[in-house]
Amino acid sequence: MKEKLVFGNKVLLIFFLLLLFLFLGINITFAQEAGEAKASVDSLAQAPAPPTNVVARDAPNDNGHALVVTWTLSPDDGAGKNNVVSYEILRSDNPDTGFVVKGVVALGISQYEDKGAKEKGDKNYLPSHKDFYYRVRARADGIFSESVVSAPAYAYGQWFHFGKSPIFIGSVIFTFFVVLFINMAKKGKELYVRPIAGIDAVDEAIGRATEMGRPILYIVGLGSAADLGTIASLTILNRVAKKVAEYQTPILVPCADPIVMTVAQESVKAGYYDAGRPDAYKEDSVWYITSMQFAYVSAVNGLMLRERTATNIYMGVFYAESLLLAETGNVAGSIQISGTDQVAQIPFFVAATDYTLIGEELYAASAYLGKEPLLLGAIKAQDWGKILIMISLVLGVLAASFHFDFFVKLFQVKM
Amino acid sequence: MSSEVIGIWIGAILTLGIFSFLYKDNPFYKFSEALFVGISAGYWFVVTFWQYFVPKFWDNLSLAYSELLTKGRVDYHWIYLVGGFFGVLMLLRLVPKIGWLSRWSLAFIVGTTAGLQFTRYLESNGILQVKGTIMPLDLTYPKPFIAHTGFIITDILGTIWCNLLNILYTYSHWVLVVGTFCGLIYFFFSKEHKGVFGGAARVGVWFLMITFGALFGYTVMSRMSLLIGRMDYLFGIWLGLY
Repeated sequence: MKEKLVFGNKVLLIFFLLLLFLFLGINITFAQEAGEAKASVDSLAQAPAPPTNVVARDAPNDNGHALVVTWTLSPDDGAGKNNVVSYEILRSDNPDTGFVVKGVVALGISQYEDKGAKEKGDKNYLPSHKDFYYRVRARADGIFSESVVSAPAYAYGQWFHFGKSPIFIGSVIFTFFVVLFINMAKKGKELYVRPIAGIDAVDEAIGRATEMGRPILYIVGLGSAADLGTIASLTILNRVAKKVAEYQTPILVPCADPIVMTVAQESVKAGYYDAGRPDAYKEDSVWYITSMQFAYVSAVNGLMLRERTATNIYMGVFYAESLLLAETGNVAGSIQISGTDQVAQIPFFVAATDYTLIGEELYAASAYLGKEPLLLGAIKAQDWGKILIMISLVLGVLAASFHFDFFVKLFQVKM
Repeated sequence: MSSEVIGIWIGAILTLGIFSFLYKDNPFYKFSEALFVGISAGYWFVVTFWQYFVPKFWDNLSLAYSELLTKGRVDYHWIYLVGGFFGVLMLLRLVPKIGWLSRWSLAFIVGTTAGLQFTRYLESNGILQVKGTIMPLDLTYPKPFIAHTGFIITDILGTIWCNLLNILYTYSHWVLVVGTFCGLIYFFFSKEHKGVFGGAARVGVWFLMITFGALFGYTVMSRMSLLIGRMDYLFGIWLGLY
């Protein structure tokens, strides 16, 4: 009986101790929350001191539509009342009214870049050469204080974007190589270009068309005159037209762009003139069909089967129509030579045409066909550029493997 | 019969007309082709007029003219007259005697765009590609993985596949650097592909062909989806089978 009572007393004691701890714990928690609330009430009642010395200036090395705003932190940021949680940056084109929040930064940060869009229709459009005023707001919980308005500042583009210095250096080096090798070619130095299978086949293909008495179809692609592939194609067209004029084989050049059509007409006419056959040139051999992709393809496919072209040459910028053209050419029994810089279309041309010029071979083809100093010099310059790139890759990879990051920073370009 | 139904029938008939080309050239296809070409050419003319000529030329010159009339100042929008002048030169091709003047416009277009593209391509296709290829090469050996699926065949296949992927992932930087380097050698035109140089060029060709194979498969999938779209139109919308 005595043991039971002693045991029962211990349980009761433990139970009351637990209750006491629970009571104390709850009270301590409430006290803390009350304390925090009191602190929060205290801070709500007092706004932080405003930031000072707000200065706005043009952002360097940008698109010409950005401003940088700097300010001195509020004294209550990390010190004093220590109640600043963020800064809001407001902008207006009027010093008195119309301020709109443009950005928010965290406490401790005293700079903000107000990047605007270049296009007038964009909702974030920031016009250049127009004065803007800024205010910076130090925000605490539910309350804020604003700085005085900054002096006016306007955004403008710099003449030189130092963030893109690697491109400038690359341009200078490449231009140097081009000028050097063109001068060497003009002085009569032999510049070797290795044989490219697809280009050697052009003569053979033109000869085949002449023997069969059927026309040659030349497609310059669906690109515009601004595309490099189209420009390369038009140069090759000039060479092909010269050969075609010599062999007196008809050539058909349907175009999908009116500007490209006019350049193609000049290119073919020049080819005929170079061959000494200006009278044989027919203006109707180069014509515009339509700019819509699949309408153009349907017309060319019909042309292939109706005219039974002996040779189809596809050189330039192609998209989804590449396989449609190549397979229809196979049905027509034409020999097909293709070349494009569109990576996604090269597999289709490789699969469906007899010879394919891959990527840069298209650009080299014009130099290889004509052997003109200007073009040969450009090819040599490209090759030297590739040598520099290969050296950069080897050195860069070695540096990166041994954790030297300085080399990769040489190629960093600020957008 | 509503206009929508008429439109669906016309679309279906023209779709079948174009598909008839798969058999051979026929009058049905010729009609569909001619209609397609004619409508698209007319459509592009209207689009070009309202989206290029009017906003870029007419509206800008109107703005410049109104600035001159209302504020008496010469606005920079008058610069668009230069573009208009080159456009008129292009139209002179219709007059054979003075058609040669259009070459000035062509020279301006081709020369300016080539010059502008030069720095753009140097940045995107040159500098940034080199920066992206400069990566540290990993020499550590990947930890072997053994699959446990409960079936011996899937265990073996899973082990082989997972370890291959593991090796590729570990040495992915090697693949990138070697592939880029050998690809550059393939496109080097100043030396014939012989000896060690030719061997490296051959490795480059392998990388290119594997890439093209992957692109081929990926693009074929998107072409299949185009075909499915057309079949859905014919069987679902036109015939209403589902």
